Amino acid sequence: MSRYLRRFSRTERALHWVNALAFFMLLGTGLILYLPSLSVLVGRRPLIKDIHAWSGVGWIAALALVALLGDRRGLLRTARELDAFDRDDVRWLRRRYPAPQGRFNAGQKLNASLNAAFTVLFLVSGLLLWLGERDTRFRFASTVVLHDGLMYVALALLVGHLYLALIHPATRHALRGMTLGTVDEGWARAHHPKWAQGYVDDDRPRR
Amino acid sequence: MSEPLEEPTGEKAGPRRYGRGVFLLTVAGGLSSLAWGKSVWGHVSGAVSPLASSLAPFLPTGGWRIYTVSGSMPTFDRATWRLKIGDLVEKPVSLSYDELLALPRASQVSTFHCVTGWTVQNVHWAGVRLTDLLDQAAPLPEAGALQFVSAEEPYIDYLTMSQALLHDVMLAYEMDGKPLLREHGAPLRLIIPEMYGYKNVKWLSGINLVSAAGSGYWEQLGYDRDAWVGRSNGYSSAPSRPRTLPGASPKAFLTR
Repeated sequence: MSRYLRRFSRTERALHWVNALAFFMLLGTGLILYLPSLSVLVGRRPLIKDIHAWSGVGWIAALALVALLGDRRGLLRTARELDAFDRDDVRWLRRRYPAPQGRFNAGQKLNASLNAAFTVLFLVSGLLLWLGERDTRFRFASTVVLHDGLMYVALALLVGHLYLALIHPATRHALRGMTLGTVDEGWARAHHPKWAQGYVDDDRPRR
Repeated sequence: MSEPLEEPTGEKAGPRRYGRGVFLLTVAGGLSSLAWGKSVWGHVSGAVSPLASSLAPFLPTGGWRIYTVSGSMPTFDRATWRLKIGDLVEKPVSLSYDELLALPRASQVSTFHCVTGWTVQNVHWAGVRLTDLLDQAAPLPEAGALQFVSAEEPYIDYLTMSQALLHDVMLAYEMDGKPLLREHGAPLRLIIPEMYGYKNVKWLSGINLVSAAGSGYWEQLGYDRDAWVGRSNGYSSAPSRPRTLPGASPKAFLTR
């Protein structure tokens, strides 16, 4: 008999998928602008540039909208969870086991912080590129280096994320949490025992 | 939010707020890179350039970004292509591609600087000196500037006569030993290494001698007409890398 525990709220899942959709949109259009071979193949640079820039605007706007219209308290609680590293998290990062983890393991917490920072940096450097094309006051020689560098690092993080979510046998069960919202209880007890215990103890689904 | 600063000793010690620390440090590091990113990147890519050049066929960009202003890139038809030089000249010129290749050949190695911040070092260009073509056309005394017309409409740009007469200004039909690729402006582009890329008109189809320089495509959108590398468009510092190969003196620079 297998039970499922609710891991991600609808708001959290909506944020995730908005982020995912926007990332692929921006990556696709960005690579057309960045890679000469794709630039030649596709052409239409002014159009692709507009789509890229407005996807960026849409990305941030959609994130803000979901956060405002969704479960704000829940998101704040999640943000506090992601922010806090307890002794077990530090042990987990140092690979000193056992290090029982909560709803997020320490790696996921780090990934969340990095992605939040990257969002800010992508936004700032993208805006600078956009405005810099029109006004020298916003033009810095290093803006493209930052924007491109972020892309490479974010791409590496994405590859790792996709591997863990889709392929790695020990972690791919978590995918269900981001689609349906729930994860297998047995898996949760093994990988996120502090959360699974707490969940069962007060038996109160987190929404 | 007050957290104990010392190492937690017992089970009761609260969690550390590392998440915000990682976030803030990453943002701060990223933003500060606007000040140091390009020079550090220049050193890194300089340090790894032997590696990079051996990997070049597999690298995605070769350092170039392809900028165009219209929906599609011009196509080059060798049979019908012409370079026309006209307006304030005694002898208007119309050259086919083969006639262009028959002219005295010149080449240079220089660094290409884009105004948006990226550079490509040690690009090998081959083509003809602009002055050789001007000699053929014999500009009238009242000609004070040159208008370069791209087959990519509506791209145009201007150089003053004195800028056009700089020793290393050329029209290039080869890049890195191969005929100019379509995305780099095939079959012919202007090369003026002292100035940012937007002055280096691609898909060159005509040169008109005019009395004074006007505003080119990007200059109408606020970019400087005199686009000296490191000294225009809001930049005041010298470029972080030399523009030419070490030892490339102006005389050795354009060789026949």
